[in-house]
Amino acid sequence: MTNSFLMRNPSTLWFLLGLSLFTIVVTALSDAGVGVMSTSFVKTLGKTLCLCLIAVAMDVVWGYCGILSLGHFAFFGIGGYAVGMWLMYARTEGIVLDSFASQTIPPTPQEVTDAIGNQIFGVVGSSEFPMIWAFSDSLILQLLLVVLVPGVLALLFGWLAFRSRVTGVYLSILTQAMTLALALYLFQNDSGLRGNNGLSGLQNIPGFEDTPQSTISLAFFYASALAVGLGYVLFAWITSGKMGSVIKAIRDNESRVRFLGYHVESYKLFVFTITAVVAAIAGALYYPQAGIINPAEIAPIASIYLAVWVAIGGRGRLYGAVIGAAFVSLLSSWFTGGGAPAIPLGFYTIQWTDWWLVLLGLSFVAVTLYAPKGIGGLFDYLVRKPS
Amino acid sequence: MTYKKTLGASALAALLASTSIAAADCDEPIKVGVLHSLSGSMAISETTLKDAMLMLIEQQNAAGGLLGCEIEAVVVDPASDWPLFAEKARELLTVSEVDVIFGNWTSVSRKSVLPVIEELNGLLFYPVQYEGEESSRNVFYTGAAPNQQAIPATDYFLEELGVEKFALLGTDYVYPRTTNNILEAYLIDNGIAEEDIFVNYTPFGHSDWATIVADVVALGEDGKQVGVISTINGDANIGFYKELAAASVSADDIPVVAFSVGEEELSGLDTSNLVGHLAAWNYFQSAEGDANTGFIEAWKAFAGEERVTNDPMEAHYIGFNMWVNAVEAAGTTDVDAVRDAMYGQEFPNLTGGTAVMLPNHHLAKPVLIGEIQADGQFDIISQTAEVPGDAWTDFLPESAVLKSDWQELGCGMYNVETESCVQLTSNY
Amino acid sequence: MTRVLIMLAMLLGFSPAAQAQDLQNLLQTHAEEVASPGRRTVGVVLDDLAGSGIPQVATFLEQWQEKNVWQGPEGLFFIATEDGDTLSLTDIDNGTQSSAPAVGFTQLKPNGGVRRVIGTALVQFQLMDPDLTRRTTAVASIARRPEASQLAPLLGSIEGESDAALKARKIQLANFLSASFADDPADRISAITSLSTDVSVEARAVLNQILTTSTGVAAQLPSDANIAHVLTPGAEISLDAAYALLIDDGLATPITTAEEIKSALAANIVDGRVGDVPVVQLNTTDNRARAYAQLAQAGTVPALVTATNRDATLAGYVFFETYDEDNATITTAAKTALASVETRVAVGQAADLTLDALSLASIYFLAAIGLAITFGVMGVINMAHGEFIMMGAYTGYVVQLFVPSYTASIIIALPLAFAVTFGAGVAMERLVIRHLYHRPLETLLATFGISIALQQLAKNIFGTQARPLTSPAWLDGALVFNDVVQISYIRIAIFVLAVIFLFLILFVLKRTRLGLEVRAVTQNPGMAASMGINPDRINMLTFGLGSGIAGIAGVAIGLYAKVTSEMGADYIVQSFMTVVVGGVGNVWGTLAGASLIGFLQKGIEWLNPSNTLAAQTYMILFIILFIQFRPKGIVALKGRAAAD
Repeated sequence: MTNSFLMRNPSTLWFLLGLSLFTIVVTALSDAGVGVMSTSFVKTLGKTLCLCLIAVAMDVVWGYCGILSLGHFAFFGIGGYAVGMWLMYARTEGIVLDSFASQTIPPTPQEVTDAIGNQIFGVVGSSEFPMIWAFSDSLILQLLLVVLVPGVLALLFGWLAFRSRVTGVYLSILTQAMTLALALYLFQNDSGLRGNNGLSGLQNIPGFEDTPQSTISLAFFYASALAVGLGYVLFAWITSGKMGSVIKAIRDNESRVRFLGYHVESYKLFVFTITAVVAAIAGALYYPQAGIINPAEIAPIASIYLAVWVAIGGRGRLYGAVIGAAFVSLLSSWFTGGGAPAIPLGFYTIQWTDWWLVLLGLSFVAVTLYAPKGIGGLFDYLVRKPS
Repeated sequence: MTYKKTLGASALAALLASTSIAAADCDEPIKVGVLHSLSGSMAISETTLKDAMLMLIEQQNAAGGLLGCEIEAVVVDPASDWPLFAEKARELLTVSEVDVIFGNWTSVSRKSVLPVIEELNGLLFYPVQYEGEESSRNVFYTGAAPNQQAIPATDYFLEELGVEKFALLGTDYVYPRTTNNILEAYLIDNGIAEEDIFVNYTPFGHSDWATIVADVVALGEDGKQVGVISTINGDANIGFYKELAAASVSADDIPVVAFSVGEEELSGLDTSNLVGHLAAWNYFQSAEGDANTGFIEAWKAFAGEERVTNDPMEAHYIGFNMWVNAVEAAGTTDVDAVRDAMYGQEFPNLTGGTAVMLPNHHLAKPVLIGEIQADGQFDIISQTAEVPGDAWTDFLPESAVLKSDWQELGCGMYNVETESCVQLTSNY
Repeated sequence: MTRVLIMLAMLLGFSPAAQAQDLQNLLQTHAEEVASPGRRTVGVVLDDLAGSGIPQVATFLEQWQEKNVWQGPEGLFFIATEDGDTLSLTDIDNGTQSSAPAVGFTQLKPNGGVRRVIGTALVQFQLMDPDLTRRTTAVASIARRPEASQLAPLLGSIEGESDAALKARKIQLANFLSASFADDPADRISAITSLSTDVSVEARAVLNQILTTSTGVAAQLPSDANIAHVLTPGAEISLDAAYALLIDDGLATPITTAEEIKSALAANIVDGRVGDVPVVQLNTTDNRARAYAQLAQAGTVPALVTATNRDATLAGYVFFETYDEDNATITTAAKTALASVETRVAVGQAADLTLDALSLASIYFLAAIGLAITFGVMGVINMAHGEFIMMGAYTGYVVQLFVPSYTASIIIALPLAFAVTFGAGVAMERLVIRHLYHRPLETLLATFGISIALQQLAKNIFGTQARPLTSPAWLDGALVFNDVVQISYIRIAIFVLAVIFLFLILFVLKRTRLGLEVRAVTQNPGMAASMGINPDRINMLTFGLGSGIAGIAGVAIGLYAKVTSEMGADYIVQSFMTVVVGGVGNVWGTLAGASLIGFLQKGIEWLNPSNTLAAQTYMILFIILFIQFRPKGIVALKGRAAAD
């Protein structure tokens, strides 16, 4: 069945082919191969793949279903936090047990818990384990939470919002408020997730302390590539066929679809929730590569940037989202990383660290006004495929 | 003990190796990484430090460089984005292959970088006051630990101003939280009742201060002298001080001492209503002395006439010069050798006296308390002798038993009760 | 040579011929203390100075307090003013003027605590001084450090006081001092009773000081003490705190801590066992307790003290608080007075909270009102609205760079900010938004692009540093009803501004031709156009008006808070929520929304005063839920106008 589905969607096949090729090239260039690509660049590419995944999810919910959600980065963050809690707990447990091993009297279970709590929360001036860390000792449970928490949150939020027929820009503002509320909540030290500091040292994977980061980063790169591939196929499948038609119809005229007898709310809720879950999975893969997660990551602006990537890449085409996310985020790090040469004008020198955001902002206006189909539209034009 | 031995052996090996390299003349400059945000919310503070580093490196090159080589600054922009700090640190150490990094501002950026530099055995000089409770083999903390800023300021409140009731106001993040925890414990030790300590946390950039100022004024209702200890960060200070002035809270009635307000922050304010309120630092631009006058002149010539100097700049000044001396003493830029040579390094402070690098990677520095003046500068009214920085505070029960000594014990988190090393990596 | 002179001077100072001594000599006997005084130790010097009867003492103390005293290279003290590299010196005894290079001189900088003690010492010189400022300073010094000895001179000075306000203040202070220090209990009680209507912090301080207590413990309640409360362990006093009192008095031994047990066990391991428990089994609390009990039985460690022991010991004692004031009639009077004051304070605090909430609501309203027009009336999502607020604030800053008078600069800045942001708004409407009227979601993104570009542009031009925007002097300070209820003038000004704009906009929309046309274009642009209205022009003007008001809001917000490139971003989400919660398309709705958010935030803050961030979080959550259940907002439009 998958076969026939892929046959019907050649673009998906091309994408998977390109992704595999890309993975092989990166492997060959990295330390595992000829070693011209640094570990930190492999990490950057792995992270970019995760961003591509959430961009694809965003494209489905916005480009296909017409819901401009400014809250998907919140789900991304929740995924990161959920996996980060286990990473911190397990790493600290290892350290604490080592330290107790050198003492004559064996520790009581309570002493071990207290010591772990003190290590994790001592940094933020506390030592108690908050309730939300109840499952942090189990990788399986935390991975389950990666999916469950954003899923339930999206389901609840979506159910409330779609039920009350909150649509269009109102929904955008509401999702943005949700993101802001979550970020503010996490900023509080009392939230139990270490406030502004967030969870750090996530690149040290418990059980693999002696594995060099070059290997770990490559492993995460593969995992991210796999996730992007699977996510792409999943969403290609959802957006094609009958269901895809209904979703696109909702975007174009919600009332008409409702009058035709479809339960619009269920479709929207489904799309909203599944994209939230995929966003969370992307986050869970992203933050162990970034090494640290904190509330600033979830700030409303991040979700808006997500929309920017998708718009620049071209809405309503999945590869457009991938192109947009990869293009803008890599370009952004090239410009702000001092990679772009400064332009001396004699009386003034244009430093790209200062002017990149101005350029991005204006180019975004230009894309919205003059090229609503984004880079993906250009791509379509080149392969002469009318969209 | 075996650990120390291997350390010594490796240092020796590195020493031998490096002398041969030095003899072979240097075809590559010595690289110094500068990891300060040049964009984003922290750029306001960190750009100054980047400029200060460039000035120090320029001065050192003019004075003949280091080990006969040029020093080259590698400047990167982590853009106030904490994960990006880790990424850029890795880039500096593996791609640019720098010998040392000067950088970071805020604890969270440091915690982001820690795992990377410990993994790759880098060397970081962190120039800003921080909350302590950390000790990394790979970091030298040239800013103030709580016992070099918060505790002396609190002593000043207790002793000199006779404050009996405290309002601890802070921005909600790790530095104020931890500092206030330490101060609460310290105040209770000093006979201040728990109900006489009012604690409040506000978000970054908070602007609605009327209620909080009213709450602070109302603290005086039991006839006790009230004082405010402020760990409010950045822009939020502007609204806070404006509200203080509007409520006519004079420094004579309710003194405010701030730990994050320096010359830079005051430039966004009309200070005529704030005269007499206090700040505690290890350095003020108004400090008198030839070294400071020379430093200010050099800075103004380098960066511009209107620029001010501040405490973290002095920290970089001391840190960089100590590193230069340590490299010269070790004869190599190898991290382990330089680290060994760092212990006991002495360098004159800009405020007078001598800073000494201690085995716990902190400096011994004097503590200054200044009163805000109408011109936006500080009038120094109290200066202590050099206070040795303490990584683990003595006033919290969990950390009172901990000690950091990388020179003798080779451990940054040594439990003196159980006489064992809790962990070799730092806690992040 | 000079040293000899100083020695001579010092000898003179100590000599019995003290009548002839001058101030300099007296100071030299305390030279070290004068040069670096401490709050606790400076008293000796001040007592000596005050007791010397030298007439120049008062002047010297004033100058010392003002940091105008310098110590010369020979250790002599001068009153001096700095003038570049030279000092104009004034001899402290005979007032002779001279000048000297500043090198070698050090300025004496007594700290705040010392200055306060000096102030108290100055009271006796200043209280009857002909100069009003000096008398006021003296009274303020008394208020800061009330002492029993000040009561008599203060009372004596009231009669001759010529200034009415100061006289009233003196009477009030004398009343406070009588309540605390009068000799006759009847005087004290009457003074105390008179305080029962005074909500000032000082009056409450006086009453609370009379009612200070100390905690005590005894086998039986003492009969002779002035008992305030009996404390039941576990209720008014925690079990541990009560037990700590017993330990302090040597009546009990502390509970054995887990750490103590652990180290005792570690010290007594014999053949891999402690007692009969193998070391590996010491990983539970029960096993450790068993092992410890065996050690205790053998007498190697002190007996185990547990929580049960503690509770049993506590039962044998009574805990209580006694007033430090022995006279029960006085404490009863103070208690009654305080209760009455506290009721008033509670009412006052509620009033103050209402004012704060009103002020916050007016700030939100002002930030959102421009949006109420562009978003509410026109339906255009303008994410750059916050940046228009920022542009207004920076306009104010730039005006202040050129116009030194703060009053004039604000008067210029308000219309100029309107003009600048009006222009920016019109330009944005013409260039961008006009093309996107049928694509509202894309307006959001395009204006967001403009928002980040403008923000970064502001950073490039003005830097990331906050810029000062100073309010004119007549807006300094606060309107003080009493010590509990007060509000700063700048907040009142913002409130007034908000009210003006509320009515201005209502007027424009409801009473003018432009308003009529705006409403017509909003409801049906096609029909409006066929009636001869130019929709393009109307849209442009409306958008300009909304943006212009944002600019004025920017000046106001900059005055009370800060001017940074990110200030607009702080308000944008809140502003949208204000409009949405209130009900789109209605200015009254925005007012309702702003009030709801302002009052709600202050209410939650009041419930949890130590964490402002939590208040913001819960407020946003509340709003999200509110919109789910009332999607059209508080003031929902009805009928055809409500159709999307």
